[in-house]
Amino acid sequence: MAILVETDTRILIQGITGDFGSRHAKASIDYGTALVAGVTPGKGGQTFEHNGKKVPIFDTVEQAARETGATVSAIFVPPPFAADAILECVDAQLDLAVAITEGIPVNDMIKVKSAMCHSKTRLIGPNCPGVVTPGRGEKSHGGCRIGIAPGYIHKRGNIGVVSRSGTLTYEAVFQLTSRGYGQSTCVGIGGDPVNGTNHLDVLKMFNDDPETDGIIMIGEIGGSAEVDAARWAKENCKKPIAAFIAGATAPAGRRMGHAGAIIGGADDTAAAKKRIIAECGIAVSETPADMAVTLLKHMGKL
Amino acid sequence: MVAAHMNIHEYQAKQLFDKYGVATPKGIVASTAEEAGKAARDIGGEGLVVKAQIHAGGRGKGTFKNGFKGGVHVINTPEEAQDIAGKMLGQTLVTHQTGPDGKLVSKVLIAKSVDIKKEYYFAVLFDRSASCHSIIASTEGGMNIEEVAEKTPEKIIKTRVHPTLGLQSYQCRKIAAALGLTGPLMNQAVKLFTAVYNMYVKTDCSLVEINPLAVTTDGQLVALDAKFNFDDNALYRQADVVAMRDKTEEDPREVAASEYNLNYIGLDGNIACLVNGAGLAMATMDIIKHHGGEPANFLDVGGGASREQVAAAFKIILGDPNVQGILVNIFGGIMDCKVIADGIIAAAQETGLNLPLVVRLEGNNVDAGKATLTSSGLAITSADDINDAAAKIVGAVKKAA
Repeated sequence: MAILVETDTRILIQGITGDFGSRHAKASIDYGTALVAGVTPGKGGQTFEHNGKKVPIFDTVEQAARETGATVSAIFVPPPFAADAILECVDAQLDLAVAITEGIPVNDMIKVKSAMCHSKTRLIGPNCPGVVTPGRGEKSHGGCRIGIAPGYIHKRGNIGVVSRSGTLTYEAVFQLTSRGYGQSTCVGIGGDPVNGTNHLDVLKMFNDDPETDGIIMIGEIGGSAEVDAARWAKENCKKPIAAFIAGATAPAGRRMGHAGAIIGGADDTAAAKKRIIAECGIAVSETPADMAVTLLKHMGKL
Repeated sequence: MVAAHMNIHEYQAKQLFDKYGVATPKGIVASTAEEAGKAARDIGGEGLVVKAQIHAGGRGKGTFKNGFKGGVHVINTPEEAQDIAGKMLGQTLVTHQTGPDGKLVSKVLIAKSVDIKKEYYFAVLFDRSASCHSIIASTEGGMNIEEVAEKTPEKIIKTRVHPTLGLQSYQCRKIAAALGLTGPLMNQAVKLFTAVYNMYVKTDCSLVEINPLAVTTDGQLVALDAKFNFDDNALYRQADVVAMRDKTEEDPREVAASEYNLNYIGLDGNIACLVNGAGLAMATMDIIKHHGGEPANFLDVGGGASREQVAAAFKIILGDPNVQGILVNIFGGIMDCKVIADGIIAAAQETGLNLPLVVRLEGNNVDAGKATLTSSGLAITSADDINDAAAKIVGAVKKAA
């Protein structure tokens, strides 16, 4: 078991013929991911080829899913077209849409989120590194890699990782793997203020996943997602969690005017978040270098 | 993710108000003293204001470097307008928000001043906790709204706007009623609130704050002063908004960075950092502080980090005279560390770098990358992990001091 995707989950890529999409399609094929379809409007019927593997290209997500059994999409289309690409996944009733695209306007995302309210499809992202469920081969080969994370740094195991930041996710994964501890699934929920899946959603999934024994939660300043997740975990989570919150030295007020603070609340600084999270029984990593060590100590492994 | 913000001038806000039908006192922008005189004549009447156009607040109490006091003046004749504008234009205004260098005034706004009966607060903003836009309104206009929210939260009226339906008239009426804008003012309020919301959505704002919103002694509801923030992600489809950008008002380092798609924010410390990924960039600043150093900047070179970007990033970092050491922290992932190492060496050579430089590389082909750095002959210290890197750069800067 893992969460969201297993090693044999069949995925498609929207924007597979673009520069960004094709580069990561190749990396996913090399990692052994079951990439079964690509979607580029107007290029239906063509084939994407890499290292002897042939991936059929379709004009629409609905066709791709119907013909290949793909249940998950990785979205690599540019920002002006990304909201539409997400809604196309909803229409095709995919299980999961993972939006890698960075720079989607807030006005587009609040409409998409509202439209997805009662849909079958879960959205991860946007502006995220994606999801990796590591494989059991050498350097975790044979896993399901959706997005842009480096596959080889992973190792199959029992730690769940959830993060708003791409490179901090890699940092945590690397720290775990180099100490011999593998991951069940690593989920990058993305750095945008409107996202499809938040820390709490992922904590609940890890809590229910028999393969996950411990969790690293990585957050940053702004919003209350980490604090909401921690408050839930205090009462409900059976598994040890370590957290890191980036942005202790970030200048205040660079993101939104004063009125934003009224709604955001006073609890969205790094210091306030760390304090509340620690009060909820989560081990707080003081520096980004200690994320794995903090969890392993909390689990009694060190 | 931290992002730089684009601001607009007061006269530009007024132009947006006019375009979207938000009631506001008549105003005309002028670039010369003669234009200012003509503007005063066109508006007509007495009791006009001449306002220096800079992004910083505190203009009324500011002083020009030529000794002229006040960036906001009430005038009664076109001649006076011309005279006052002449003393402001081309001069540098220093306020408590500009810092000692002040800001050059190249435009003034001539506007009709109004007799205010009562002031209110009205804002539309992106509400991240609810993934929608919300309205904040209060009877406590002209005040610091954060203080109002803290001391008298009952005086803050919050209304969430449906993401696809938009702001409804009944919501406007409820807000107006809660503010006590009844009788003939209610219709004016519905019209103004709707216009502000439409302007907010159509220009992809993340904040429009009208403070004060005022009822005049002759019974008109008008927007007097406004603050705008725009959604950076939507600027690609807002050419009119982008055209309002005034780069002379921005930190020149941030302007240079934005030209190379680098996300840079200048800070006050002396240890510069160059990192890929916003989260890791923030975390790198944090760990510098943890080891007793002070970060000089936030700098995210993005996932790609091409050789050209790294070189441009080095130049921007070195343009800050406070910088005494540099920490490069790259988690290469899929990128080849050797390519990154080559970029760092090229940038260091091009800029004649003579400050302590600590590089932490991790990821694909890392051994070749480290070997390249070591054999470059440059004084580059290689670090094994973030902790080691931060300790080394903080130590090196302290030693050099």
